Amino acid sequence: MKTDLNIIAKTLRRKIIETSFRARIPHIGSCLSCIDLLVYLYWCELKINPLESENIHRDRFILSKGHGAPGLFQVLAAKEFFPLNLLEEFGKPGSVFHEHPPKPGYIAGIEAATGSLGHGLPMALGMALAERIQKLEYRTYAMLSDGECNEGSIWEAAMLASAQKLNKLTVIIDYNKWQATGRSQEVMAIEPLSDKWKSFGWDIQEIDGHDFSQIKDSFNKAKDESKPSAIIAHTIKGKGVSFMEDDNNWHYRIPNADELQRSLRELEDES
Amino acid sequence: MRSLFAKEITNIAKNNKKVVILSGDIGNRMFDEFKDFAPDRFINCGIAEANMMSLASGMALCGLRPVIYTITPFTTTRCLEQIKIGAAYHNANLLIIGTGSGLSYSELGPTHHSLEDIAIIRSIPEIRLLTPSDPEELKVQLNESLLLDGPTYIRIGKKGEPNIFSKDNYLGIGKANVIRKGTDILILAIGPIVSEALSASNDLANENINVEVATMGSVKPLDEKFLEENLIRNFKYWITLEEHGLVGGLGSAILEWASDNNYLDKLKLKRIAVKNQFINKLGNQNYTRKMLGLDSSGIRNTIKNLCEN
Ligand SMILES: [Mg+2]
Repeated sequence: MKTDLNIIAKTLRRKIIETSFRARIPHIGSCLSCIDLLVYLYWCELKINPLESENIHRDRFILSKGHGAPGLFQVLAAKEFFPLNLLEEFGKPGSVFHEHPPKPGYIAGIEAATGSLGHGLPMALGMALAERIQKLEYRTYAMLSDGECNEGSIWEAAMLASAQKLNKLTVIIDYNKWQATGRSQEVMAIEPLSDKWKSFGWDIQEIDGHDFSQIKDSFNKAKDESKPSAIIAHTIKGKGVSFMEDDNNWHYRIPNADELQRSLRELEDES
Repeated sequence: MRSLFAKEITNIAKNNKKVVILSGDIGNRMFDEFKDFAPDRFINCGIAEANMMSLASGMALCGLRPVIYTITPFTTTRCLEQIKIGAAYHNANLLIIGTGSGLSYSELGPTHHSLEDIAIIRSIPEIRLLTPSDPEELKVQLNESLLLDGPTYIRIGKKGEPNIFSKDNYLGIGKANVIRKGTDILILAIGPIVSEALSASNDLANENINVEVATMGSVKPLDEKFLEENLIRNFKYWITLEEHGLVGGLGSAILEWASDNNYLDKLKLKRIAVKNQFINKLGNQNYTRKMLGLDSSGIRNTIKNLCEN
């Protein structure tokens, strides 16, 4: 399994960078930092049948860090939520595939429009409450960025989820230590991040967000908890391409032709 | 109006299991009956309105019919982006109740006044904006909203609002209603403040000024058919009356309607509303209405001046 997931993630990294180059779409760094987590979620964790992407009992996944959409679109296409060739429209005028997820109904598999940070987790919280009230059978997941934890609404949601003992809600924080224009610790003193979530009443785990066996264990453990669960995934922004790793310029930069070729070479499949 | 709301939503929720009440830590005791029979469908979301609004849209996307209840500024402008994105853009089936609108909480100060909510909510696509004038109209609109797709904002008063309508009125969403017949002046009002217009009209009758009073029921949708029918009746003036700021409220909506349809040469319109200011010297609602010229005598004087000039 482990190798397979690595190969899938590598393929999607290439597609993310190629698409960014072709469609002039930014946020490569943010997409590369969470792609391993997304691959694990969609290949191993989430109970969603791509052919029934509106089934009422499906697990709900909200990409609260909506600027990771170019990564999520690749994942959904690879899982055949929609035909792969739809992504040829990515970034073109009039297309629904642009920088952020649109509202549901335009792209199969998208549960919420999340380009504005701090909305996704509260919406996921509502979905988790809806599951309990209607006695449905699903879990709800929200993926946040560390920068997004600047938003007050995240902490409003964190307190209510805890008061409501929403044990079927899991948050994954893509903790790549950067936000748009600076180190997340310097902008808003985000540390101690896991103590913050813990003191808000959440079960917390800290993992390497690029290690599939740690990712697997954390999701399994999250299911055993009687409270909402936060997985703080330590990640590297731009992971997988040496000259992008931990360089925050790749929050907004688009690769030139030479950079594209260099990244694709680095991401070649050895197998 | 708020106690009617609590009673009616409780009745509705007994049959409609999708209805959930979300409270922003207000309404102590009001919802006791609701909590008794559906404790899992009443959630006190705390004093955290942004989260409450977004979670309501998440619930709606998963099949529920959340009803959000708190004081107007906190359920509108406080969480505006959550309304724009979560509720309106997602076309979420949710109902926002703003209680104590306008100057209902006058003596609580500008923090609790809502004199810009109509202007702001009106500018957002795909959300209805209802302005019932009495408890009966609220009851009808509440029931109708919960059957419609998409979000609705209902702007209500506080307590003790008089009953305005008779059995002859049809109080559906988007329906204007004439509550006093007249020929010289047409007052178009929204909300409980219409009672001030009625009382002003009775006084003006003694001075041979014959006033028709209508309630608009909602600002969005606007009853355009009703407005068009009145264009040909040659009223000397149309007056809009609202417990809201001058900027962007009912008066603006009707002027925009007239401009967009090339009717500006067919009517003269005077807006009675609160001028663009904060209210610093406080009193109760009656005091503040009087100070601002929104009470019956202020309305009467405005209309007399228009008729004399
Ligand atoms: Mg970050």
